[in-house]
Amino acid sequence: MSDAQPKIRLRNLHKSFGDKVVLNGVDLDVGVGESVVVIGGSGTGKSVMIKCILALLPVGEGSIQVDGEEVVGIGTKDRERINRKFGMLFQGAALFDSLPVWENVAFGLLAEKRVSRAEARDVAIGKLAQVGLTPEVGDLSPAELSGGMQKRVALARAIAADPEIIFFDEPTTGLDPIMADVINDLIVKITREMGATALSITHDLASARKIAHRIAMLYEGKIIWVGPTADIDDSGNPYVDQFINGRAVGPIKMAIRA
Amino acid sequence: MSNLNAMNVLQPIGRIFLAFLATVGRLTMFTGSALSHCVRPPFYPRIIGRQMVEIGFFSLPVVGLTAIFAGMVLALQSYTGFARFSAEGAIANVVVLSITRELGPVLAGLMVAGRVGAAMAAEIGTMRVTEQIDALNTLSTNPMKYLVAPRLIAGLTMMPILVFIADIIGVFGGYVVGVYKLGFNAANYLQRTYDFLEAEDVISGLVKASIFGFIITLMGCYHGYHSKGGAQGVGTATTYAVVSASILILSSDYILTELFFAK
Ligand SMILES: Nc1ncnc2c1ncn2[C@@H]1O[C@H](COP(=O)(O)OP(=O)(O)OP(=O)(O)O)[C@@H](O)[C@H]1O
Ligand SMILES: [Mg+2]
Repeated sequence: MSDAQPKIRLRNLHKSFGDKVVLNGVDLDVGVGESVVVIGGSGTGKSVMIKCILALLPVGEGSIQVDGEEVVGIGTKDRERINRKFGMLFQGAALFDSLPVWENVAFGLLAEKRVSRAEARDVAIGKLAQVGLTPEVGDLSPAELSGGMQKRVALARAIAADPEIIFFDEPTTGLDPIMADVINDLIVKITREMGATALSITHDLASARKIAHRIAMLYEGKIIWVGPTADIDDSGNPYVDQFINGRAVGPIKMAIRA
Repeated sequence: MSNLNAMNVLQPIGRIFLAFLATVGRLTMFTGSALSHCVRPPFYPRIIGRQMVEIGFFSLPVVGLTAIFAGMVLALQSYTGFARFSAEGAIANVVVLSITRELGPVLAGLMVAGRVGAAMAAEIGTMRVTEQIDALNTLSTNPMKYLVAPRLIAGLTMMPILVFIADIIGVFGGYVVGVYKLGFNAANYLQRTYDFLEAEDVISGLVKASIFGFIITLMGCYHGYHSKGGAQGVGTATTYAVVSASILILSSDYILTELFFAK
């Protein structure tokens, strides 16, 4: 793991909003074809971390490498080339509500002009089937879907162009347990069979255990623990223990006053 | 003590001034980037077409109504005014010149700012706060090119056409009042409308219209693009888009008129 070049390498990543420090020196490697899950409390900056990698937010300081190439501060052209490697499932789905579902799913393919509209539609219907949606859904508008269906369409959109690296921001939130497991299987399939690299965020530990090769925990702007999925239960880290067992008492203090 | 007071007064002024400079800088960069995306491929003909229909076709009823009443009231007002020095004969000229040079572009501009500029700010603003603009970035699509450039192109090209139609409707409004209410001879009225009209009058109005179309779409896109903070932020963006477009239309109208008719 350590000698091979990682797909994504974060070093000393900092990000603040005004005076509010969100990321305070994040170090993380994601290997080629590896699936890493980041866990951590709500509001600790997991989504912000991914948006920094995608350059949707400007980075304060630190280094982000993709395939060994430094991507902090690169120009628009290079950024477009790098972003082509990425697929992203947004926490809030972020579907284009002016387009029907199938065009949402096929958007990246159409934008890159890799296929004709008819072909793109077929690909979209296929991807929708993979996330458990029927072809009829393809002609609806996103506003006509339930929250869980929107999430699955967003997932289909993220994987439609067969990206090398996929970011899943809470892929199973808002889904029923059975559908959540279907999605877990899909993510496993994408990473194990198609060789894609995945960096996911989840609060769903059952899902994390299933999809992750390694799990990392983000706390107070730093990765405080990272290890193989099998080690999560005896990590020896009191923060991780408290988090995975969902205990209100422990070293992690919630900013709540009774 | 007095020193401290002076500081207290100057500080907010300085802060407002700096904020103003920052806004001007941001707007200039936004405009430059948007314009450069207008002329560099890829283009999005479907979206340009949809925006053209939105601006040019669906604004017709509102702009047409505005124009016809403007023409009618103009004829009526100039009649009552001009009758005092027996110049009633001039109302056909007054109507056509006012409409083509001034009222056509300005009234249409203000109506379209309220209709289209607001809708653009709301749509793009919603896309911003629901992360749809971020999603575009991750899907090999530049949002400036996909969202902003097509709207600017549509605004620049459709407003002159819209205003040309508004000119005709406005002049017709004046004609209706002149002939059916004030008892002018129809042929005579048309003759006078036509005789004093020069190409320059119409063209200057259409150039204005094109610039107003640019201002309206630019303000709609800019405020939408930079909106933040959920539904409330989108509401603010919409207000700013309409208010800033209206003020810019009226102020640039004066400058343009100076430029056109300075000689
Ligand atoms: N655009 C922004 N402007 C200002 N602050 C922001 C912005 N985006 C995020 N933050 C702040 O950064 C912190 C981290 O946000 P983030 O969305 O990364 O949390 P998260 O770890 O993904 O939480 P959750 O599990 O609830 O999704 C939050 O405290 C949030 O208030
Ligand atoms: Mg999040």
